[in-house]
Amino acid sequence: MSLTLPTYPQPDARGRYGRFGGRYVPETLIPALDELERAYRAAKKDPAFLNELGRLLHDYVGRPSPLYLAQRLTDYAGGAKIYLKREDFNHTGAHKINNCLAQALLAQRMGKRRVIAETGAGQHGVASATAAALLGLECIVYMGAEDIRRQAMNVFRMKLLGAEVREVTSGTSTLKDATNEAIRDWVTNVRDTFYILGSVVGPHPYPAMVRDFQSVIGEEVKVQLQAAEGRAVPDAIVACVGGGSNAIGIFAPYAYLPEGERPRLIGTEAAGEGVESGRHAASMAGGRVGVLHGAMMYLLNDAEGQIEAAHSISAGLDYPGIGPEHCHYSETGVAEYVPVTDAQALEGLQLLTRLEGIIPALESAHAIYYAVQLARDLGPDQVIVVNLSGRGDKDVAEVMRLLDLETKREEVRA
Amino acid sequence: MTATTTRGAARIHAAFDRAKAEGRAAFMPFITAGYPGAAEFPALADTLLARADLLEVGIPYSDPLGDGPTIQRASEQALAGGTSTRRTLDLVKALRQRHDTPIVIMTYVNPIYAVGPREFMRLAAEAGVDGLILPDLPPDQDIEIADLAAEYGLAVTFLIAPTSTPERVKLVAEACTGFLYAVSVTGVTGAREGSALGEVPAMLALARQYAHVPIAVGFGVKDRQTAHQVAQVADGVVVGSAFINAVRDGQDVAALAAEIAAGCRKSV
Repeated sequence: MSLTLPTYPQPDARGRYGRFGGRYVPETLIPALDELERAYRAAKKDPAFLNELGRLLHDYVGRPSPLYLAQRLTDYAGGAKIYLKREDFNHTGAHKINNCLAQALLAQRMGKRRVIAETGAGQHGVASATAAALLGLECIVYMGAEDIRRQAMNVFRMKLLGAEVREVTSGTSTLKDATNEAIRDWVTNVRDTFYILGSVVGPHPYPAMVRDFQSVIGEEVKVQLQAAEGRAVPDAIVACVGGGSNAIGIFAPYAYLPEGERPRLIGTEAAGEGVESGRHAASMAGGRVGVLHGAMMYLLNDAEGQIEAAHSISAGLDYPGIGPEHCHYSETGVAEYVPVTDAQALEGLQLLTRLEGIIPALESAHAIYYAVQLARDLGPDQVIVVNLSGRGDKDVAEVMRLLDLETKREEVRA
Repeated sequence: MTATTTRGAARIHAAFDRAKAEGRAAFMPFITAGYPGAAEFPALADTLLARADLLEVGIPYSDPLGDGPTIQRASEQALAGGTSTRRTLDLVKALRQRHDTPIVIMTYVNPIYAVGPREFMRLAAEAGVDGLILPDLPPDQDIEIADLAAEYGLAVTFLIAPTSTPERVKLVAEACTGFLYAVSVTGVTGAREGSALGEVPAMLALARQYAHVPIAVGFGVKDRQTAHQVAQVADGVVVGSAFINAVRDGQDVAALAAEIAAGCRKSV
């Protein structure tokens, strides 16, 4: 249960990963970000904080999450062994709780009694509401009207947990707008409010802090794979990326290994209806460098800098940007990022469900689909680890609607 | 930093000096470019320019996270009407033909990066823009922008807030070449109830130790009375959301501008 938080060589002192990252926010927030950075640095070295976080991750979240050899999926693909890192086992159903508990503990330590959060699919909102309930903090969650429609059950969960869910109707009524509103709330109430940011985006130190809190995923894989395969480093790791927190959590512990010792790190971007269709959330494949929510990163924005709406079957990946550290990994060749469409994700979801009896979140289904393609090209002596970042309970109603539509389309064709 | 005074900075400073000589704080209305529509905007800008010492024109932006609902809705409406970065600069260019009053552009940084910082500065200078207000760019974040602005004769304005530490106030104040923008409240833009003064006097006392440019105060100024409160301590008074609300509600913008301009007089 003793816990150590990792220290990585990135970002630099100004919060930059190469040219990405930084702090593009109203001046009002700069002192709060400085305060947060100091508090986090102190907490990272404080045994009391680390013990409490370690205890909660073990006893409350249920860590370590298993590393599971998906034999039937492996047989189906007919190539490399596919292991699943089971973040879907976590309390509240996804990797998000790792980060939320840690940030909520930090809020408590900093004497902030009010926490705010933004959410797309609702997983981060539920995890924030859960952590707030556990620690007795007031919690307000901003959520786009469109996502509230898509994720009614998670909205109810948050309310049941005692959080206030504020509907956001500005802009595209999705995650990016919920994030704008959360930042506005923070600008207004910065003196007594802690902003629990849900991904490896936002102004420094958030991308670094969220990465450190999620790195427990990759650190556990090292130990578990050593036990299962006699080696800590797989040949490839696949994880879905929206903002990119689950991916960075499994990538970062491997990303700073010397070239040659590093596994292939592959992030699957949500390509929606296809990158060429213009309806997607693939910030790297279909975006350009820009600034949103305080950081420089790959971003869906037009030639004059207006942010474009992202589209994905999965509300959790429906974000027009991608974390600055991922952008830097991409530019320096540390990781690869590949687009996976809505239809392919739906196929991945059905595959895993039928073959392994595991219904993955639509987000994770993007990674499953690509891992199966990749496994086919690799030999049976090779090992792929897929981060199964969350379970699909929240998506079942949406998947039912989509599969029903598909059936009706087939009937029309026949 | 002892940057040479740019063309834009000289014009901005002269405007503040004129107001001061007349016993006033400079009156600085803000309006979103292309609001309420691209066709109606020029007449609205003319109305404000009739009273303004300096006009602030906002580039409508999809994600204005430092702004409250009033300016955000104005941005959405202007964008829907086809006004964006380059069109904003065209609109300013047209105003320049009729007015000599300094005009500064308020923009988030993403439109600058999207057009390309150098190209953006070139277009802005060509349009007759005098300066830039950058609400999401702390001065230590990207030196390149300020240097490029200077190269093209534009002044830059950064912001301080009530939360700013003395070290930050010093850093920001010293980086400004046009004027220093002091945000009156912790929060986003928007007309508010009550006094606009809040923590302003203490903040300004600190800022004056470091600033070598005039200091304007904005956020929450909405009428003659709040303008007058601010004018007692600041060199300039910025009013934005109140004008957008007035346009939206069909009120007499010329009358409101006259009222607020009168409020900017130091004495009653």
